[in-house]
Amino acid sequence: MKVVYIPKLLVAAFLALSLAFLASPAPAQGPTPTDDEVNRIAKQLYCPVCESTPLDVCPTEACRQWRDLIRTMLADGKSEEEIKQYFVTQYGVRVLDEPPNRVLTYLVPGVAILLGGLLLLRGFQMWMKPSGTGTAAVENQPAQDPYVARLEEELKKQK
Amino acid sequence: MIANFGFGVLFITFLVTLYSVFAAIYGDRRQIPALVESARRAMLMTWPLLTLTAGVLIYLLINNHFEVQFVYEVTSRSMPTYLKVTAWWGGQAGSLLFWSWLMSAFASLVTLRKWDRDREFLPWVIVVACVTMAFFIGMNVFFENPFAQLYQTFEGVKPYTFRPPDGILMTPDDGRGLNPLLRHPGMIIHPPMLYLGFVSFVIPYAFAIAALITGRTDDRWIRLTRRWALWAWLFLSFGLVLGGRWAYDVLGWGGYWGWDPVEIAAFMPWLTGTAFLHSVMIQEKRGMLKHWNMLLIILTYDLVIFGTFLTRSGVLSSVHAFAQSAIGPLFFTFIGFTLIASVALIIYRWSGLRSETEMTSMLSREALFLLNNLLFMSILVVCFWGVIFPLISELFSGQKVTVGPPFYERATSPLFGALMLLMGVAPLSAWGHSTVKTLGRTLWKPAVAAVAITVLLFFTYTQKIGALIGFFLVAFVILVTIYEYWRGAYARQRSQGENIFTAFWNLTGRNRRRYGGYIIHISMMLMAIGILGIEIFQVETQGTLAQGESLEIAGYTVQYKEIASWSDAPAGVNYTRSVIDIYRDGKFLGELNPRIDYYFDSQQTMTIPGNRSTMRDDLYILLVDWEPVSSTGATFKIYVNPLVNWLWLGSLLFLAGVVIAAWPEKEAERVPVTVRARVPQQEQTPSAAD
Amino acid sequence: MTETSIPAPRRGVPIWAQIIIWVFLVGLLVIVALGLRRAQQGTVQPGQVIDNFTLPLFSGYELDGKSEVHLTDLRGKVVVINFWASWCKPCEQEAAEMQQAWLEYEPTGQVVFLGADYVDTEPEARVYLKKFGITYPNGPDLATRISQYFRIKGVPETYFIDQDGVLKYVQVGPFSSIDQIRAQIDPLLK
Repeated sequence: MKVVYIPKLLVAAFLALSLAFLASPAPAQGPTPTDDEVNRIAKQLYCPVCESTPLDVCPTEACRQWRDLIRTMLADGKSEEEIKQYFVTQYGVRVLDEPPNRVLTYLVPGVAILLGGLLLLRGFQMWMKPSGTGTAAVENQPAQDPYVARLEEELKKQK
Repeated sequence: MIANFGFGVLFITFLVTLYSVFAAIYGDRRQIPALVESARRAMLMTWPLLTLTAGVLIYLLINNHFEVQFVYEVTSRSMPTYLKVTAWWGGQAGSLLFWSWLMSAFASLVTLRKWDRDREFLPWVIVVACVTMAFFIGMNVFFENPFAQLYQTFEGVKPYTFRPPDGILMTPDDGRGLNPLLRHPGMIIHPPMLYLGFVSFVIPYAFAIAALITGRTDDRWIRLTRRWALWAWLFLSFGLVLGGRWAYDVLGWGGYWGWDPVEIAAFMPWLTGTAFLHSVMIQEKRGMLKHWNMLLIILTYDLVIFGTFLTRSGVLSSVHAFAQSAIGPLFFTFIGFTLIASVALIIYRWSGLRSETEMTSMLSREALFLLNNLLFMSILVVCFWGVIFPLISELFSGQKVTVGPPFYERATSPLFGALMLLMGVAPLSAWGHSTVKTLGRTLWKPAVAAVAITVLLFFTYTQKIGALIGFFLVAFVILVTIYEYWRGAYARQRSQGENIFTAFWNLTGRNRRRYGGYIIHISMMLMAIGILGIEIFQVETQGTLAQGESLEIAGYTVQYKEIASWSDAPAGVNYTRSVIDIYRDGKFLGELNPRIDYYFDSQQTMTIPGNRSTMRDDLYILLVDWEPVSSTGATFKIYVNPLVNWLWLGSLLFLAGVVIAAWPEKEAERVPVTVRARVPQQEQTPSAAD
Repeated sequence: MTETSIPAPRRGVPIWAQIIIWVFLVGLLVIVALGLRRAQQGTVQPGQVIDNFTLPLFSGYELDGKSEVHLTDLRGKVVVINFWASWCKPCEQEAAEMQQAWLEYEPTGQVVFLGADYVDTEPEARVYLKKFGITYPNGPDLATRISQYFRIKGVPETYFIDQDGVLKYVQVGPFSSIDQIRAQIDPLLK
């Protein structure tokens, strides 16, 4: 076995360097967030300046800066909620892709649709009131398309 | 000079439409047939006049008359001639003229038919058509003159209709050029298609108003305009699909529909139009819903006017822009006026629109059609609320909000799902009477088969509950529709002795509306497959690649090979074109070339994707234009969109379906019928089960 | 065969229904009209009394050591509020003139310049401020509240408010020379 002769100075230097490296604080940030992680959040935001453009596809310089801002915030460990809240504080509620007041947004169309449904039900009641026996059913047959009526007849006979 | 001539002709046309309106009204009120005829002739004159006006404008566009403001804004020397022609609808003023031109064409077509049975409708159809035309032409004449020229005065260079005192005509060297986004074939036909749809809906509306005014509140107006409504709906639907395709190809965000207010504005009349198509069938078959059909067509008309303005072709605008332009208040006034007048008319004629028959079953076809209408109106309410909420929010709370895709998707998905369910059930229900038993008897087989398919998908494709429900509904509707189709062909085969193919053909031919409708339903389900695929299963990524580097996505390996950049000076474009190799499972599939086109004249960029399309999915790659491209690498956005091509395939089938449904039918055929011997007078209890 | 069911009595639309329909329709039109009108409004116009607003300031750009500014506190002084952004190219054209004007007027103690950073990011904003050596108080227009109040149509825009809180002049777009700035401030100082 060959003995490798290493000068003491070199070993000392190596040890000192390793110690220094190990002792220095590691950077607090994790790896740089990928574009996808940034876009996942940017997708849910709208460009504050451009018209109707989501932040992940907006091509302007300003939007690039905003995406970089998201990247920095993600690297600092901020959560999605915190980032979105930051954008709202800075730029206003219109930067979100949904109004914050969810109740009002969904309530009005919901109520309108319900009313429509009730109206329809009422209409059904009104139209179905005078009949009530089965005879009305038969006399309605002639209103059918004569061709289709023949078809239906033929089919019944086939069975 | 020529521009002034064009303006002159336009102005004369405006006067002609006004004359037509007053002559028709006066002639009808005072019972002077000659005056009504004069109004009709005047209306027929509008089309040649507008064609002349359009001809002048196109001449100016083609010949680089940049002293005309509109020509300056939408053309440039580097544009090819055919694009200069399509620039006609590439800007606000020109597209308003295009609208008027189409309106005059359709109004003339309608007045050229024989009017013997419906003489009383004629004056009012003329009035409605000409009032609408007068509005649009008036906008051109007084506010957005396509023939305004640029004059230099001490205030600077501005457009004027007439030469201002001490103004000097200014001719710029080159125009600004058409927005490059509009130089795509899809965008060339998309506005005309949409406008065709919008404009043709004016005709049924005109007849509806005529029916209300004259008191002829029977079916007549519907029968007269049934075909118009169908063709209008075809154009509008196709315009929407083309818009989606254009967005997918060219707008650079890998999507086909963004729930932007502009898109929604064109979608809303489609919703009421579809509801209208279904509910007129109820009026024809059962004499019901007269009020409702009137309301629907009025709503469609006003939504069309609203949509027309918001979708100003040439510029992607939004509600914001609508509000800021000078024309906004005018459109608003017109919409308000027509809405109020029409509603007042309906209320006035309310009692005259009484229904004739009553309804017997909540599962009958008319009940299901009513449910269909409720669902369409519900989607309309959601869309309208989404568009108007930001306005209201700002008014009452001072806070600007954005209503984006999440709201629309969450709110409309269950409604669309319910509609799909209806599409599966309604074809099997009968007019007048259906019970759970009769429906159940016919429904259970396709339903079970659909469940089987869904279970299969669960084990082989996905466990996502939303997707499974969607696929179940698609399978259900397709199976039911094919089943119905097959039943009819089979019956025909047995009774006529035709072979199955001839039976299919003749079946469709003899009852085009029904079977065309079935084809349309099937095509919509194919489109639904595409939509489900891209919405639920889309995978995307963005990454910067050095030359030679590759990246994995959804089973594909994408390798960035090289990039080149060069300018085409005469065309006025700078191209940056990348080369990307695609592999799957180690096998080389081909090369894609996403590129960036930069247009010097308008200083705008277009990102053209490289797209590999199969029925299974699209591999869609964009070269991102906001990151610099250098020797160290380029940034790409990559989407894998499963099943998306079913959307486009479905739309082609849809086209076929509507053409079949709208094709003029011959009179009912004479079919030899085997008459069974009638059983002589016996007690026959009509079986309630039927 | 059997007679059809007795036709329902012919009647028009009941009054209460008509009222509801018209109220709804007119209400809808009024809302849209109001929205339209609001959007058609230009910026706030001279002559209007400006409501109090609060502008938070970037650290290092405080006013008298305070990290936020209330307009009402500045009553008795001329207030020049300038809306800008680091991504706004035209803003750069007037940056130097604005700073120069500030250096002229600050010693008088009668004028306050405020920079409102519109829809921007702080790092880039600081780079911009440093580049043009700007020292007057600057801060972000949080949630665009102030710019919405003034109904600005873009950047840069500058608003001159007199000692009583009344808006005197609106400059849309960059100043082309420092004389323009002086021309607006000097009359107010008389």
